[in-house]
Amino acid sequence: MAELKPLEHRQYAHCESGVVSALLRCHGLDLSEPMVFGITGGLTFAFIPFIKITNMPLISYRMIPGAIIKGAVKNLDVKFNTRRYGEKEKALAELTNLVDRGEMVGLQTSVYWLPYFPPEMRFQFNAHNLIVYGREGKEFLVSDPVFEHPVRIKAEDLQNARFARGTFAPKGFMYYPARVNPSIDLNEAIRKAIKRTVHMMLYAPVPFIGVKGIHYLGRRIERLNTREDLKYVRLFLGHIVRMQEEIGTGGGGFRFMYAAFLQEAGHLIGSTRLEEASRMMTEAGDMWRQFALACARACKSKTADFDVREIAQLVQKCATQEKLVFSLLKSMKL
Amino acid sequence: MKISEVPQDDIKTMQGEKKAVYAVDDQGRYAKITTKGWEPEEIVLNQVIGEFEEKARGAASRVRNNQTSPIEYFMYKNWMDPLTLAQAMGLYRWQVKRHLKPGVFKKLDDTTLAEYARLFRVSVDALKNFPGED
Repeated sequence: MAELKPLEHRQYAHCESGVVSALLRCHGLDLSEPMVFGITGGLTFAFIPFIKITNMPLISYRMIPGAIIKGAVKNLDVKFNTRRYGEKEKALAELTNLVDRGEMVGLQTSVYWLPYFPPEMRFQFNAHNLIVYGREGKEFLVSDPVFEHPVRIKAEDLQNARFARGTFAPKGFMYYPARVNPSIDLNEAIRKAIKRTVHMMLYAPVPFIGVKGIHYLGRRIERLNTREDLKYVRLFLGHIVRMQEEIGTGGGGFRFMYAAFLQEAGHLIGSTRLEEASRMMTEAGDMWRQFALACARACKSKTADFDVREIAQLVQKCATQEKLVFSLLKSMKL
Repeated sequence: MKISEVPQDDIKTMQGEKKAVYAVDDQGRYAKITTKGWEPEEIVLNQVIGEFEEKARGAASRVRNNQTSPIEYFMYKNWMDPLTLAQAMGLYRWQVKRHLKPGVFKKLDDTTLAEYARLFRVSVDALKNFPGED
């Protein structure tokens, strides 16, 4: 690991793809965030009514936390050193050792305990990724991928953030590349990754994943009863949008990132059809934005002057568009 | 989304921070752009925060009337519900619900109280002697 490049802080759209992209660059594999997101298979859609987060159904626009790290192992031939801990003190001692010897270390943390986050965003969300790249006394130097500038954090706060309990409890999870293959065959990795995402989005064996999941969400919205429980309807619609936004990607953020991936992949492979798929995915992202806008308007309105069927139609449009995108990708026989 | 369409609504919940998003330029090429936030994003965030604040106010008056323990107030104040709180404490939900009973709360041992106080980022004293105001 002698030839580690120094970490240059950059801001990314999403924490996990950002951390992985930054760590790989330090180890000699310079890939954009969208490339990392696409190749590790970060995109999905899931609407799972029977799993609740603060009493609302689970909705996700991307794969579960940790999937991008695992995807990098699988599709980019990266080997990570990973550790989870039972003892807090041991976790801190090992982290200190590593950064003191110049390693850049990815950590899973809870935003609830990160003092540099705006207070309004400090929910119990335990799967935020960041990089620790140095130390000054009892303060760690942090490159948080969703922030514009590097930040600092006290050891005590970092300990709390690494050992928060609950869903996705980090248990001190720490990771850094042990081996990176800078001459990986990207074309092959791209093909494999797109195939997997296509398969999941079109042929998931359950009705709540992929394009089917988006339709499912549409049907659920259509059935919402504004006369019976207007407050719940508003909270539910707000929740859907918050899940789009929570990690800071903006409206159809993950869709735009995937579109950026398809475009870059198209250039690399020399495929105009991939670029066409990218344009279509951008349209899907814009449709998600329209849907989010309609939901937010419904949340804000004082009366029930909105029609859930219209909102449902907007999300059905997203489903139809994404089906077109993934069918095109499927037809390419990558 | 075109670069010119990237929202720059300067929303309060981001406190002047910026986020990165991907958008296309006039030639359709993707680039990473910073945004000062989007109003719908602020609306839905304020909605859920408002909901918790309302519950916290309700809890505060019930603490004053000795109908619930300060734990309920701080739970909502930190945007948690009983299940989230139980998970964050490493307890079962029924245990947390029990701790919301004023009688049970008064008899809670110091370790448990200290753990709640740590999670709520207040002193044990502030947790025990709830001032009874919002």
